[in-house]
Amino acid sequence: MSATAGAPPRVVLVDDHGLFRSGVRAELGRQVEVVGEADDVAPAIEVIGRLVPDVVLLDVHLPGGGGQAVIAAVKRDHPEVRFLALSASDAPEDVIAVIRAGARGYVTKTISTADLADAIRRVADGDAVFSHRLAGFVLDAFAAAPSPEDVKPSFDPELDQLTSREREVLRLIAQGYTYKEIARELFISVKTVESHVSSVLRKLQLSSRHQLTRWAAERRLT
Amino acid sequence: MPSAGQGAGQGKPRWQLQGPAGNDGYVQEPSEPTWPPFRFHGGAGRRDWRADRDWQTRPDWQTRPDWPGRTRRWRHRGNGEPLRRDPEDRLAGGVAAGIAAWRGFSPTTVRIAFVVAALISQGWVVPIYLGGWLLIPAKDTEASIGSRARHDSRGIALAVGLASLLCVVLGLASVLNPWLINTYGWQQVISVAFLALVWRNAPDSEQAAMRRLVEPLESLGPGGTRASRGTVIRLSGALVLLGAGVIWLLTSHESIALLRPLAGLILVAAGIVLLLGPWWLRIARDLVLERQARARAEERADISARVHDSVLQTLALIQRRAGDPQQVVQLARAQERELRSWLFEGRTLGDGDATTFAEGIRQIQRDVEARHGVPVEIVTVGDCPLDNDLNALLAAAREATVNAAKWSGASVISLFAEVEPEQVEAAVRDRGKGFDPDAVPGDRKGLAESIHGRMTRHGGSVAVHSALGEGTKVTLTMPRTAAPAAPAGAAGGNRR
Repeated sequence: MSATAGAPPRVVLVDDHGLFRSGVRAELGRQVEVVGEADDVAPAIEVIGRLVPDVVLLDVHLPGGGGQAVIAAVKRDHPEVRFLALSASDAPEDVIAVIRAGARGYVTKTISTADLADAIRRVADGDAVFSHRLAGFVLDAFAAAPSPEDVKPSFDPELDQLTSREREVLRLIAQGYTYKEIARELFISVKTVESHVSSVLRKLQLSSRHQLTRWAAERRLT
Repeated sequence: MPSAGQGAGQGKPRWQLQGPAGNDGYVQEPSEPTWPPFRFHGGAGRRDWRADRDWQTRPDWQTRPDWPGRTRRWRHRGNGEPLRRDPEDRLAGGVAAGIAAWRGFSPTTVRIAFVVAALISQGWVVPIYLGGWLLIPAKDTEASIGSRARHDSRGIALAVGLASLLCVVLGLASVLNPWLINTYGWQQVISVAFLALVWRNAPDSEQAAMRRLVEPLESLGPGGTRASRGTVIRLSGALVLLGAGVIWLLTSHESIALLRPLAGLILVAAGIVLLLGPWWLRIARDLVLERQARARAEERADISARVHDSVLQTLALIQRRAGDPQQVVQLARAQERELRSWLFEGRTLGDGDATTFAEGIRQIQRDVEARHGVPVEIVTVGDCPLDNDLNALLAAAREATVNAAKWSGASVISLFAEVEPEQVEAAVRDRGKGFDPDAVPGDRKGLAESIHGRMTRHGGSVAVHSALGEGTKVTLTMPRTAAPAAPAGAAGGNRR
């Protein structure tokens, strides 16, 4: 909770729609500090490298390449910068790609201002942010047990399976529960819920399941 | 249990080992033998009977005949209910149908057995059948006709009178042919008495059915003046045949060539067929119609649930939005389209073109958002083709979502659906005002019929969690009957 306690998180907006940027900036103005904006991949990398914000609010679709290109470039020099992906499409292959590139969460553009500010704070604190759609995607992607040829043998097999507790948490997120409600429902603390979600995020990013990519590709139509 | 029994052929009867296993199914047998004659309890039903048969066929039974096993085998056939006549599947009194259901045979088998037994037993089966009619209560009732007949003194008098009248007639006839009357005649004295009692004391519904059976005889009476020429010819032909046959039978004797009574029988049979054939046909047709009517009644229940989901909901909505003519027109048009597609194109209401479960969920989202203006957030995990059970699940989920949109006051509704290998689950959740599930009156059709009824009819289950001020969550679970089907198209490459 460092961000809420101290200064509001410093945020860079990356989106190719100027109107959207100014809208977000106007609405979030009081709750976060928007330090910079960019409308494409190259300027984004430059701005982020110069300002080193806490959180980058990153559109998945950018004219000069996907949002994951930005993440990949920034990660090399500034691994401490955290990304929250923002998308209008909800298309799973975009979402999975940007998460696997390193984003700490994903929200849709229809999200309310309060929720967005909350999500930004969460990401700034190092937690993961799963929208209900993303939770559904992850459940879907991890649904079947991986077949042997799907997994490179050198990898940690634990990464390819969700624990039953993680599945439970994801199910409740998918049903629109907040972390606090999940904690009450499962008789665990909010911190534990957060650590479950972070662990799912890690698996999502590191799992060697080819299935994940294939699944995302097959799910092109939402 | 001796361990020696492990070796099969050691002379140790194998049934001793099998016995307890066979017994398992009967442990929970209820212990309330109320009225012994017609009450049998089948705890386990047919499957156990088959299992029993396997070990019955071992040769060991020759050394130790296992009578308990056999009686058990017989006791556990059938529907496990007490013996009751079945007036819905009747030809005469429904006795045969009742026995068939009780013992797990087909009614036709029992009826044929009755006819054969009637011939072999020299007609004794007829009074026994009528006795059964008198003493076995009809389905869903407790009192038999006989218990009412006990108090019907005029009926008893009539029965005795008719019986003695028949005695006189038989006595006269036996002058002509003592063998026939002595063999087949006298038993029917009892039958006539029983029949008179049944006739007078049967409940109204059964009397109506009996009246239909004897309708042909009534129309022969003085009232039948409107009879057409065809009927007159038919009737006189039948009477001639009957008369000739009866005289032939009565004058033939045991000692005379076998052919003569046979010819008499044929004549009588032909006469009866000619006399009663058309009415029998009509009765058979009526039975079919009756069964169709029952099927229609069941269909009606389904239709009324559907109409409630669509038409009644829309009408309620139109009333609430009466101030906005444009929206009313839009609602009415949407409803008309939906109803038409269901009535004339045989589509399930609201299903649209959905062929997979996830598509159906998306359809619900579209419809509810369009009609009620409340956003529905859906998350689907996995997918599978639709079948009847899943259609029911979708319909129930739709109803739950519509309920949430209409009553909860929540700004957004969450609809979560997950297809798992063994079951399909749908959860509808809102953060609206909630309600007390116990306080919902039983006649509120939405929750009771459209959700609970529908799910239980298809083997699923419903859990409703709601508290005032905290919103509502309806969880619908439907087991998957078919083996996990191949994923439908591009929708589920994640399952294999």
